[in-house]
Amino acid sequence: MHLYDLWFTLIAVLWVGYFFLEGFDFGIGVLTQLMARNHTERRVLINTIAPVWDGNEVWVISAAGATFAAFPDWYATMFSGFYIPLLIILICLIARGVSFEYRGKRSGDRWQRNWEQVTFWTSVITPFMWGLIFANIVRGLAINADKSYVGAIGDLFNGYAILGGFVTLALFTCHGAIFAALKTDGEIRERARKLAPVLGLVSLLLMLAFLLWTQVNSGNGQSLGVMIVSFVALLVAMFFNQLGREGWAFVFSGLTIVASFAMLFLTLFPEVMPSTLNPDWSLTVSNSSSAPYTLTVMTIVTAVFVPLVLLYQGWTYWVFRKRIAVHHIPAGH
Amino acid sequence: MELAIAHETIARWQFGMTTVYHFLFVPLSIGLGIIVAGLETAWVRTGKVKYFHATKFWGKLLLINIAMGVVTGIMQEFQFGMNWSDYSRFVGDVFGAPLAMEALIAFFFESTFIGLWIFGWHRLPKKLHLACIYMVTIGSILSAYFILAANSFMQHPVGYRIDPSTRKAQLTDIWAVLFQDTTLVVVFHTLTAAFLTGAAFVMGIAAYHLWRAKRGKDTNRQRISAMRSSLRCALVIAVVAGILTALSGDRLSKVMFEQQPMKMAAAEALWETQAPAPFSIFSVGDVGTGRNLIALEVPAALSFLAKSDFSSPVPGINTRAEEQVRQFGGTREEYIPDIFMTYWGFRLMIFFGMTSFGIGLLGLWLTRKKFWLDPSYRTGDDEPPTLMLTNKIAMNTFFTKWSWRIAALTLAFPLVANSFGWIFTEMGRQPWVVFHLQTTTDAVSPNVSMAEQITSLVAFSVLYAILAVVEVGLLIKYAKPGPDVDEQPPAKDPTLRPSAEDADKPLAFAY
Repeated sequence: MHLYDLWFTLIAVLWVGYFFLEGFDFGIGVLTQLMARNHTERRVLINTIAPVWDGNEVWVISAAGATFAAFPDWYATMFSGFYIPLLIILICLIARGVSFEYRGKRSGDRWQRNWEQVTFWTSVITPFMWGLIFANIVRGLAINADKSYVGAIGDLFNGYAILGGFVTLALFTCHGAIFAALKTDGEIRERARKLAPVLGLVSLLLMLAFLLWTQVNSGNGQSLGVMIVSFVALLVAMFFNQLGREGWAFVFSGLTIVASFAMLFLTLFPEVMPSTLNPDWSLTVSNSSSAPYTLTVMTIVTAVFVPLVLLYQGWTYWVFRKRIAVHHIPAGH
Repeated sequence: MELAIAHETIARWQFGMTTVYHFLFVPLSIGLGIIVAGLETAWVRTGKVKYFHATKFWGKLLLINIAMGVVTGIMQEFQFGMNWSDYSRFVGDVFGAPLAMEALIAFFFESTFIGLWIFGWHRLPKKLHLACIYMVTIGSILSAYFILAANSFMQHPVGYRIDPSTRKAQLTDIWAVLFQDTTLVVVFHTLTAAFLTGAAFVMGIAAYHLWRAKRGKDTNRQRISAMRSSLRCALVIAVVAGILTALSGDRLSKVMFEQQPMKMAAAEALWETQAPAPFSIFSVGDVGTGRNLIALEVPAALSFLAKSDFSSPVPGINTRAEEQVRQFGGTREEYIPDIFMTYWGFRLMIFFGMTSFGIGLLGLWLTRKKFWLDPSYRTGDDEPPTLMLTNKIAMNTFFTKWSWRIAALTLAFPLVANSFGWIFTEMGRQPWVVFHLQTTTDAVSPNVSMAEQITSLVAFSVLYAILAVVEVGLLIKYAKPGPDVDEQPPAKDPTLRPSAEDADKPLAFAY
C-alpha cells in the first residue's frame, strides 16, 4: 500500500467526520423552522448545538487543508472547478456562523427573526451544495489535460447531482431530528421523535434512488456492501427511535451518513476526480498527490493530533451532555 | 495576456480585500484574548468581583469579534483553490502542510475551547474554565504561527526543491519551513503588534468610561473600578508590546533587506544604490524615469537600519530591477512593485503603530501617581484616575478632556497599522507570488471565468460591508453601557457533576 492510498482514506475520514458532525447541526438549523413552534423552542434547538457547532465546522477546514497538503491537484481542481457552489457555501458558512452569535445580541423581533431566517436558509443550502459537489465528483467532470475543469456552471446542476443534494439535505435533517430527540426534553423531544421516522422515510426513498444510481454507474463489490450497510443502519436508527433509545438511534443515523459518503469515496478510488473527456486525464491518487516526504510529515501530524481532537471534542459533548427543555431557557432575548 | 492580467487583477483585489478584512479581527482576537485571560486569572486568584466584571465585559466584545475572525478565515483557505489553483498546484506540496497543521493543531483547539468557555461559566470548575480561555489564546497564537510560516515560505522559500519532471515545488525539510528566521521574526512582530492592538482597544473603551465617570455621568463604583483596572492593564501591555513591536520590526527589516531587497528599496523609494544610504521621510517618485521628484531625507539612517552601520551601501530599486532582468528576462518595469503603496504602506504602518505605543506610554505616565506612589495621592479603588503632570500638579480641564478623548479616538490605530503592514508586505513582493519562483500572473486559476470572479468579488464586498456595519454596531452597543455589574459570579465553584437540582436550573447563558 502506498502512502497516497492511506491519505485517500484519511481525507475520506475527514470529510465523512465533517458530514457526521456538522450533519446534525445543519439538521438542527433546518428544524428551527420545520419543527419549532415558537421563539423559545427555536432557542432550545439552537442551544443544543451552541457549544459544539464551531468545533464541528473545523472538520471541513481540516478536510480542505489536508486535501491541499496531500493532494494539491485534487484541491486545485475541485476548488476552482466548483467555483460557484463553493462561493455559495462560503457565503452560507460565514452568515451562519455569525447568525448564532449575533441573534441574541440584540433584542427586537425583526433583528432576531432575520438571523433565524439566516440560520435556516444557510442550513438548507450548505448541505445541498455539498451533496451536489460530491455527486458531481463521483459522476465525473469535464476535466482537460491540464487537470482543470472546463465545463459550464450549468453542467454542475444535472439530475444526478441535484438528487445528491436532496439526499444530503434529507439525511442531515433526519440526523438532526434524532439529535434533537437526544438532546431535548419535554414536548419538543416527543415531537422530534415523531418527526424522525417521516424524515427517515424521505431519506430512505431518496437514498434508494441515488445510491442505486451510483452503484449501477460506477459501483463495485465493496461499494455494494457499504450501500447495504447504510440502508440497514437507517432502518436500525428508526427502530431505536421508536423504542425511545435516542442515543443508539443517533449512532445509527450517523452510521448511515458515514456509510453513504464512504460509498461515494469507494466508487471513486483510485480516482479522485474522474474526467468525462478522456479517462487518461482523470485525477488519481497517484498523479495528484504530494511527494512521499510531505505525506509522511502529514501522517505523523494526523496520527498524533486527530486522536487528541477526538478526545477533547468528545469531552465537550460530555460537559454539555444535559438535555435542554423549554424551562431551561433563560428569559431575556 | 491582457485577459490574464484582468484575471489577476480581480483575483488580487479579492485576495487583498478578504485578507485585510480577516486581519482586522485576528490580531484583535489574539490581543483581547490575552487580556481577558489575564483578567480572569486575576479573578480566580484574588476573588475580586471587579475582575469578574471586567472579564465578562471584554469577553463579550472578544466573542463578537472572534465570530467574525473565524468565519472570514474559511474564505482565506478556500480561495487558494478557487482563485489561485495554479499556485496551489505549484506549491501545494510545501504550502499545504502548515495550512493543514493550522487546522489540525491550532484551529480545532481554539474553536472547541471557545465553546466551552462561552457556555461553561456555571458548569466548569473555575480553574478549568480559566484553562479554557488559555487554550483559546494558545490556539489562536498557534494558528497565527502556522499561517505566518506558510506566508514566510512565499516571501522567502526554503526547505524545498523543484522537481525536475513536474516543475513543481517539493517539500524537503519541514523544519526549515517552520523555523526559518523569516518565520520566527515575522511571528514575533505580528504577535506583539496583536497585543498592542488588543491593548489600544481596551485603552480606548476604558478611557471613554472613565472620562464619563470623571464628568459624573457614570457613578457606579463597581463599573469604574473594573474599567480602572482594565485601563492600567492595557497601558502596561501597550507599552511593553509597543517596544517589542518596534524591536522586532527593526529585526524584520534587516531580514528583508537581506532576503527581499527590492521590497525595502521600494519602501524607502531608494532608486539608486547609495553609500551611505539616507532614510526617506517624504518623497514623490516617478517610476518612468526611476527617480524621486521630491525627497526629504535623513542622511545615512537607512544604512544603519539595513546593516547596523552608517556607511554600508544599500542597493536601490533600479539596481535590483536590472539584476532580476538579467536573471529572469523581461523589462525593468515588470520587477518594480507599486512604489506608492509600499512607500506609504510602510510609513503608515509605523506611524499608526507607534502613535498607539506613544499614547500608551503617555497614559502610563499621566496616571502613574494614583497607583504606585505615596498613599496620600491615592484615591479609592473606584475613582477615575486624575491625570498628573508632576507629583503635585494635575492636568487642567482642557488637557484632561483631550487626553481622555485622544485615548478613546485612537483605539483603532493599530488596526490601521496592521492593515498597512500586510498591504506593504504583500504588495512589496510583487510581481512574485512565491519569491523568485512563481509570478502572481502565473498563479491564477486558468479555468475560472471573469463573470464568476466578478460575481464573487461583488458578493463578498456586499456581504463584508453588511457584516462590518453589524459588527461595529454590536461592538458599540456592548461597549457603551460598560460592564454589567448586576451579573453575579458563580456562587460556589461549579463541579463537573452537578446535583440533580442544580442541573435543572435555567441555563446561566444561552443563545
